[in-house]
Amino acid sequence: MKSVIFRTLAPVLTSLMMLFSIFVLLRGHNEPGGGFIGGLIAVSALAIYGMAHGVETVRRAIFFHPMAIAGAGLLAATSAGLIALFAGVPFMTGLWIYPAIFGLEVPLSTVLLFDSGVYLVVVGAISSIALSLEERGGE
Amino acid sequence: MAASISPFVDVSAALVSAPPTAAEWLVILPVAWCLAIGALLVMLRRRIGIHPAIAIIGLAGLVLIDGLLLKAVAENGPLTMVMGRWLPPFGIAFTADLTGTLFAFAAALVALVAGVFSLADINDSGRRYGFYPLLMLLMAGVSGAFLTGDIFNLYVWFEVLLISSFGLLVLGSEPEQIDGTVKYGFLNLVATTLFLIATGYLYAVFGTLNMADIATRAEALRDSAPLMTLTGLFMLAFAMKAAAFPVNFWLPASYHTPRVAVSALFAGLLTKVGIYALVRVMVMLFPVEREELSFILAVAGALTMIVGVLGALAQTDFRRILGYLIVSGIGSMLAGIAVGGPGGIGGAIFYALHSMLVMTGLYFASGIAMRLGASSSIAALAGLYRRHVGFAALTLMLCFAVSGLPPFSGFWPKVMLVKAALDIGAWWLAAALLLAGFLTMIVTGRVFLLVFWREAAHADGEAVSLSPAAFGPLAVLTGLTLLIGLYPEPLLAIIQDAAAGLAEPSAYVNSVFPEGGPR
Repeated sequence: MKSVIFRTLAPVLTSLMMLFSIFVLLRGHNEPGGGFIGGLIAVSALAIYGMAHGVETVRRAIFFHPMAIAGAGLLAATSAGLIALFAGVPFMTGLWIYPAIFGLEVPLSTVLLFDSGVYLVVVGAISSIALSLEERGGE
Repeated sequence: MAASISPFVDVSAALVSAPPTAAEWLVILPVAWCLAIGALLVMLRRRIGIHPAIAIIGLAGLVLIDGLLLKAVAENGPLTMVMGRWLPPFGIAFTADLTGTLFAFAAALVALVAGVFSLADINDSGRRYGFYPLLMLLMAGVSGAFLTGDIFNLYVWFEVLLISSFGLLVLGSEPEQIDGTVKYGFLNLVATTLFLIATGYLYAVFGTLNMADIATRAEALRDSAPLMTLTGLFMLAFAMKAAAFPVNFWLPASYHTPRVAVSALFAGLLTKVGIYALVRVMVMLFPVEREELSFILAVAGALTMIVGVLGALAQTDFRRILGYLIVSGIGSMLAGIAVGGPGGIGGAIFYALHSMLVMTGLYFASGIAMRLGASSSIAALAGLYRRHVGFAALTLMLCFAVSGLPPFSGFWPKVMLVKAALDIGAWWLAAALLLAGFLTMIVTGRVFLLVFWREAAHADGEAVSLSPAAFGPLAVLTGLTLLIGLYPEPLLAIIQDAAAGLAEPSAYVNSVFPEGGPR
């Protein structure tokens, strides 16, 4: 699998897929997409990078341990539900704010935070499995 | 595509308008709290030194939350919180009634003492494998299962606790543990699939998954819909989860392999979630079908009791004996559900709560005995009463409690169940209950005689002192057993209210649909 063509293309492919996974995540509120499928695309990107350049490179590139990423996602998803406590509405109610960033109105919501949490859980959990499988497979 | 969805649809009619009260937040808080603490522990995966402190604070917080919830529910009746402000049955409802809250509170207590016991039982490698995060996630699943008011949501929490329990079972990765996990996992996946099929079927028939909604609609559908098939499917799925005969064999095959703290936790919690689900579905949702199926359930219950205790008699491994005793106890609970009525259902709930405390305590005792005697076989263990008299006394009390002798907590549910069985003329069921109690006494007597009273062959009988982390949890559980046995009135009153609330779920339904009927 370590041909020159693959090794040269893999970083480009990985960054494109990462970008696309975030696009799919953000698109998911009103159209097909979302945290789960976005997370899966991100994991495929990491897996491709791992095939080309080795698992260690991937582990260094994502900096945090995959399980820690999954934990952060779970915490984000839970707190997205709990924010409703301070707004006086039931658990998991979607709350929106519209801050203007550089003159552009950006709609942010607890729904997005929840979906990002799902994204991180999927990225963390599946990449943890994929990376340890690749490690074993390489022996 | 996006343009076709107008952002200005008026949805206010479909939303909950009143802000939730603090008491209603208590309904969802046990789950959210456990998930948050679990997530925090996963993030701190390298800092295993502070895992126990965070987890024990988390579990103490869970006991507090569940205690407050129990107080609120006992005073004001069932509480409901609907996710995301959507009105039920569209929003997923979490409904805490007395039955669910009692189970959740007892589960939190058991988890807290197991968390303390784990200080003496789970070593660094177990912590690195993630014992404490998995424990918190398991508790999220268990609390969710006890408090949810939606049957598909119940399935989801079953999955959460199942996946965490897989992780806990393989902690240590010994071949024996993996063997136990495969048996446990396979049987539980079959049961879960059956549960899912039944839930899909239920949704096709009712068009709703909200339990309060199902309870109100069942009456109108009874003539036209195959409710017996549905109830039968649910019964088989949950009986498998609860380890009832003839689908009980996974339990004794797997519960003796993991760490002691893990098997104690499982003994206290997992089968009882199955019993709880059985009570919820058969007593509250489909009472007429329960009546029809009661004979099958009673026979299964009687066989579970007797087969379980006979299995325990045939074993020599301390923890395998306890595994069979759990199965035998499940039989008593099934008998209570089969008999029905306030005595039967109340007896089943009481027995389940008692079994949570006592079986966890006995697993702790087996763990301490295994450490003192460096063996798990009751043929090799001997003379432990010389090593630690207090430990021997506590174990003897737990042995009495599990056999149903006064003045311990096992006595009262047994009395309730026997009386309820005699009241409906099922003398053979009452006889089976009494026979199982008698045989349990022989089993525990044999264990106590061999492990504690018998003189050790070689003189390593000097007294030892036990660490408070090992001895404390055992003492707390035994104390609770004794307390409930001596002064059962308050608990008995709550249990009778809980059973009445299941038989006549109007308060439950009212809590979900405040105006009376759905919509």
